[in-house]
Amino acid sequence: MSSLLLAVVGISIFLLGYRYYAKFIAEKIYKIDSNFTTPAHKYKDGIDFVPTNRFVLWGHHYSSVAGAAPIVGPAIAVYWGWVPAVIWVLLGTVFAAGVHDFGALVLSVRNKGQSVGTIANKLIGHRAKILFLFIILILVLMVNAVFAWVIANLFVNFPASVLSIFIQIPLAIWIGYAVYKKSRSMLLPSIVALAFMYGAAVLASRFEFLQIDLVKWFGGEETTVMFGLNGVSMAFFVWIIVLMVYVYFASTLPVWKLLQPRDYINSHQLVLGLVILYLGVLFTNPTITAPAVNSGADISMWPLLFITIACGAISGFHGLVASGTSSKQLDKETDAKFVGYLGAVGEGMLALLAIIAVTTFFATGADFSAAYNSFAAASAGGLGNFIGGAGVLASGVGIPAYIASTIVAVIVISFAATSLDTSVRLMRYIISELGTEYKIPALTKAHVATSIAVGTSAMLVLLPEGPNGFGSGGYLLWPLFGTSNQLLAGITLLLVSIWLKKQGRNFMPTFIPMVFVLFMTVWAMGKQVIFDWSGAGTADTNILLFVFGALILGFALWIVAEAFKVLSQKQDPSDMDRIA
Amino acid sequence: MTEAKWSFKRLIELYDEILSHNHKTEIKRELRDEDDLFLLLCFSELLGIPNPVSYYTLELYPSILEKFHDWHLRMGMEKSPLEGIRCC
Repeated sequence: MSSLLLAVVGISIFLLGYRYYAKFIAEKIYKIDSNFTTPAHKYKDGIDFVPTNRFVLWGHHYSSVAGAAPIVGPAIAVYWGWVPAVIWVLLGTVFAAGVHDFGALVLSVRNKGQSVGTIANKLIGHRAKILFLFIILILVLMVNAVFAWVIANLFVNFPASVLSIFIQIPLAIWIGYAVYKKSRSMLLPSIVALAFMYGAAVLASRFEFLQIDLVKWFGGEETTVMFGLNGVSMAFFVWIIVLMVYVYFASTLPVWKLLQPRDYINSHQLVLGLVILYLGVLFTNPTITAPAVNSGADISMWPLLFITIACGAISGFHGLVASGTSSKQLDKETDAKFVGYLGAVGEGMLALLAIIAVTTFFATGADFSAAYNSFAAASAGGLGNFIGGAGVLASGVGIPAYIASTIVAVIVISFAATSLDTSVRLMRYIISELGTEYKIPALTKAHVATSIAVGTSAMLVLLPEGPNGFGSGGYLLWPLFGTSNQLLAGITLLLVSIWLKKQGRNFMPTFIPMVFVLFMTVWAMGKQVIFDWSGAGTADTNILLFVFGALILGFALWIVAEAFKVLSQKQDPSDMDRIA
Repeated sequence: MTEAKWSFKRLIELYDEILSHNHKTEIKRELRDEDDLFLLLCFSELLGIPNPVSYYTLELYPSILEKFHDWHLRMGMEKSPLEGIRCC
């Protein structure tokens, strides 16, 4: 199968979805109105509420939601063959993610630009707000653990990328100051910074002494370094501790000092990466060697596929961005279709690219099957295969593959690091909010909340044992990340459905995806908690995964109960005023 | 948005605008917070709110003393007109 054909078909389906399905949703379901006064105009304050050009807003929205997750998920999920993964990405984006992101944006615009959490409080009640806070708490905890593992894993496997990542930090701080104190434009300095980073990546790929290879320094896999840890375990341990210390500072500094200038550099990387890799597909048109469907899978794709690819098919995190910032800046309500739906499409395109890179990487189907011989092997090695595959695609535009791999590793680590920063910061806010809610004033202190966030995340990522020992099993948490992300999407879709029902409209376009994601989550967690993690099945007990899985399952059932209760109520006319 | 002519320059501007959008908001927020604090420090006592910084600004007393002395002499007052300031 030609990958170019797959890319063309995929992108065409996305665009048809936008042209027809999004139009239908906009006109018949959400009934968006270009004359509606959006919060950006009504509460204009020049800072949070600013009417913004839709192209600018889309770009900003997209770069906020795009990260490493739509790459990691598909790179693992091709284990079941590329066809199921592609179908889920395409249908998920068109019928679930697009409607979800677009819906979150419209719901928030119609509710004074408030966030999903506040709207949950208003539509369902205080209980829903607490549920919502706990779901986000568990999601960000999973993000912290998973992305800390992703970065540590890439540092271990691509030692040439380490230098560039550490160079980025002082460069970003310098840009932050230059812009803040001297109000310079960020464009030129950030391109210079990027040039430095890639320069370092090229040099480190060529000269081994520039590679920070902890595994080698600790004497490799065979040596015991200390506490009975071998070189690889020790490298994981050190990198995770370094990352946690870094993220403590990064998440307590003002955002303009480090986080945003880094985001700015990373946005260049996102654009550059997408352009180079899609051009690579166009020029080289590599053949997809991976099998279309894996008939010998050791674990069924039902329901695991649907939680393995969360971002890229549907992701609750988008609802947070849509209702948190984008909704406050929408110039016209009709722009919501462009920003929300196409934001989801952008994420879908990234996922599609990840699938292409991985499935074209191996010379033959047998090589692919050897690398993806079990779900555990797929989970541990998926991202490395993506980087290898992306390196080959980039060589299509004339970049040597070994340099391209380092640069792609730098790009993925940068994305993951931004996700990590943001989510530790988010976790700190949520811990503070829970502290206020339950009257524990100590939790509202920034450093107490950050210490708890960093401490629990570090414990969570270090606990699972993988094939390489201590700390290398972080990928086991990936399904938990997927399900908590789907739960968040489920609750947003529920809120949009309730809103539509109260307006007396057809709420099936949001209700059906909600049922689908919640059903898959309950199925996956129910199955894994009972048979894989509790010790009742053939596998050994895994307390950590059992506890978190059971928690997520409990939350999912809670949402189902709330949904059933609210949606089965007769319409109360007095509610109309509350929501309109 | 007025449909400007598509040019490379315009494209770069749009790109820059997209990327710096978030950052500009945060800078504005930071400057607004600074401004709020400054206003509060300057005018809180006018509004009847005890000024939390006067305790620290007391340290400036010695450095302002000489200038104050020069000022009241210039103004034709032999002795300090304010009870709180005893320069002479």
